[in-house]
Amino acid sequence: MYAFVNGPLVWIAFAVFVVGSLWQVMSLYKMSKRTDKVFYDHYNPGAARASVWAWLMPLGSRPLRESPATALGFFVFHVCLILTPLFALGHAVTFEFNRGIHWPSLPDGLTDVLTLLFLASALFMLGRRFVLPHVKIVTEPKDYFVWCVTFLPFLTGFLAYHKMLLPPDQMLFLHVLFGCMMLILLPFTKLAHAFLFFLTRAFIGSEFARRGTKTW
Amino acid sequence: MSDQKPVNAEEIMAVIERNDTARLRAWLKTCMSCGLCSESCFFYLANDNKPEFMPQYKARVTLGELIKKKGNVSREQLQEMKEVAWGRCTMCRRCSQYCPFGIEIALMINIARQCMRTQNVCPDRLMTIDQSYVEFGNQMSIPDEEFVETCEWMAEEGQDRLKDLEIPIDKEDANIMFVVNSREPKYYPQDIQEAAMVMHAAGENWTMPSHGWEATNLSMFSGNLKVAGQVTQTLYDAAQKLRAKKICITECGHAYRAAKYEGPYWTKQPNGQAPVEVTHAVKLFHDYLKEGRIKLKHKFKEPMTYQHPCNLSRSGDLGAYGDGLMEMLCDNYVPMQPDAEWSHCCCGGGGFIPMGADYKKIRMVAGKVKAEQIKKTGCKYVLVPCHNCTDQINDLNKEYDLGIKVMSFKELICELMDLPPHMQPGDEEEAE
Repeated sequence: MYAFVNGPLVWIAFAVFVVGSLWQVMSLYKMSKRTDKVFYDHYNPGAARASVWAWLMPLGSRPLRESPATALGFFVFHVCLILTPLFALGHAVTFEFNRGIHWPSLPDGLTDVLTLLFLASALFMLGRRFVLPHVKIVTEPKDYFVWCVTFLPFLTGFLAYHKMLLPPDQMLFLHVLFGCMMLILLPFTKLAHAFLFFLTRAFIGSEFARRGTKTW
Repeated sequence: MSDQKPVNAEEIMAVIERNDTARLRAWLKTCMSCGLCSESCFFYLANDNKPEFMPQYKARVTLGELIKKKGNVSREQLQEMKEVAWGRCTMCRRCSQYCPFGIEIALMINIARQCMRTQNVCPDRLMTIDQSYVEFGNQMSIPDEEFVETCEWMAEEGQDRLKDLEIPIDKEDANIMFVVNSREPKYYPQDIQEAAMVMHAAGENWTMPSHGWEATNLSMFSGNLKVAGQVTQTLYDAAQKLRAKKICITECGHAYRAAKYEGPYWTKQPNGQAPVEVTHAVKLFHDYLKEGRIKLKHKFKEPMTYQHPCNLSRSGDLGAYGDGLMEMLCDNYVPMQPDAEWSHCCCGGGGFIPMGADYKKIRMVAGKVKAEQIKKTGCKYVLVPCHNCTDQINDLNKEYDLGIKVMSFKELICELMDLPPHMQPGDEEEAE
């Protein structure tokens, strides 16, 4: 079991993540050719790009400027979510050991800070769901589920590195398991917003632009 | 009018399947229920931030439920959904601007309305209006002859203000075919006269059709897209028959959006473009002043603010033209905050005004946001280039004691324009 999780499962997870995401995008693209004439009739690449870019910036859009605390929370969450696993020393070393490819990494201290920032912002986002009535009313069990799927790899990674709670190899086992779960579930749950964001934003930026209206 | 036949889930599903697009699927997959749409919504703000008024919730309890239950819902459930889809949303689309993913919640509400309309679940007045379009071609059941007579009468009476004022009917090859909201011939014929005066003074080659003169498209909001398409087609046909270069819509918001942006899809036009260019009075008047075809005696002196109608400034392309025209007409233009495409809906749109007395109380509560926006400008004059906004802001004026006067562009231009001597009505008795 341990060997499976730390070996083949990782590669399966990556494959599911890549193929699943591509499949989602391609099937939507194919469908859109048939059902979304409005998009192709009025596509405006400049507005689409501007809309995507503005919303990738922490205060690039009017709605986020109006809610700076939320914007900051979202931004820290996503930046740490992407940077930490990509550049964690542990990941780079594993990668080099298995594939012989050198991968750049961040010092452990910095990775620790990013992880803690991630955990804090994730708790902030969870807190919003409990505390704010207008978020609570639209929160469903699956929202908590995807939150856990995102939170657990970071928590277990942190605990494994600091040798806390469980023996390191057991904790590492959990860390890899949860990490794989996140990758596998990403294309098929709401986590798919990671790539669907670009499609829906390109549409709305373009759609409003033909009416002279900005969406950022 | 709503009958009590059992709910036909197949008809509901047919609407959902027709609207099953890649973008709708992507929206349903991406929404993270983050709640950022809440504060975009004036219904939410005006109702003390009650969570039930936040946009995503409203889409979820209407279209979301219909999709989940595959149309198998009871009449009671449909009635509850009706109060959400019509009574808590004007489809102003401000939430689409606020959503990080740009999810068009307003469009989802619109699909929910289409579903319910198949079951005759819809505010009664809107269903009556659908019927009126089918029978008379306009929402106020005015026979075409009566419209033409009103125009003749208005031209004649207007000659006291502008010499030789004419309202050409069915003139071929005109530059502009001007079309109105049937509210004008019914209750405010003066509006037709003033629009005619502006175009006459600008030396425009224009006309009005004796059939196809109605521009409003309330079926867009009742959810009856079949009738909505018919109304648009009649408009396009009239312009093509007269070989008019452009269709110009009177100072009405949803009429413009329907004719220019949504109509081409209902009537299956190639590339989503209207067969005849569609423009709006705001743009037309803007160009007259810009090009010096209309000259002013002086600008309006008192502070004046401007209501940006959602269907002109957010779902239309006229925000900047509205502001530009205000600058040209007023010494002291005070914009509201937030402004232009970010402006709040006044709660007159989305069919709310024609929904009538049953919904007036809701309209007055939700209009609080607009009333406060106006109050903050400190202006006693509000320029409103949309009929439904006009009615709503007049009602808000009474409800919230705003002490304002609502004006339209044509009214203001007629008051300020400097007519050349040959157009000035001479005092003939004195001359004799």
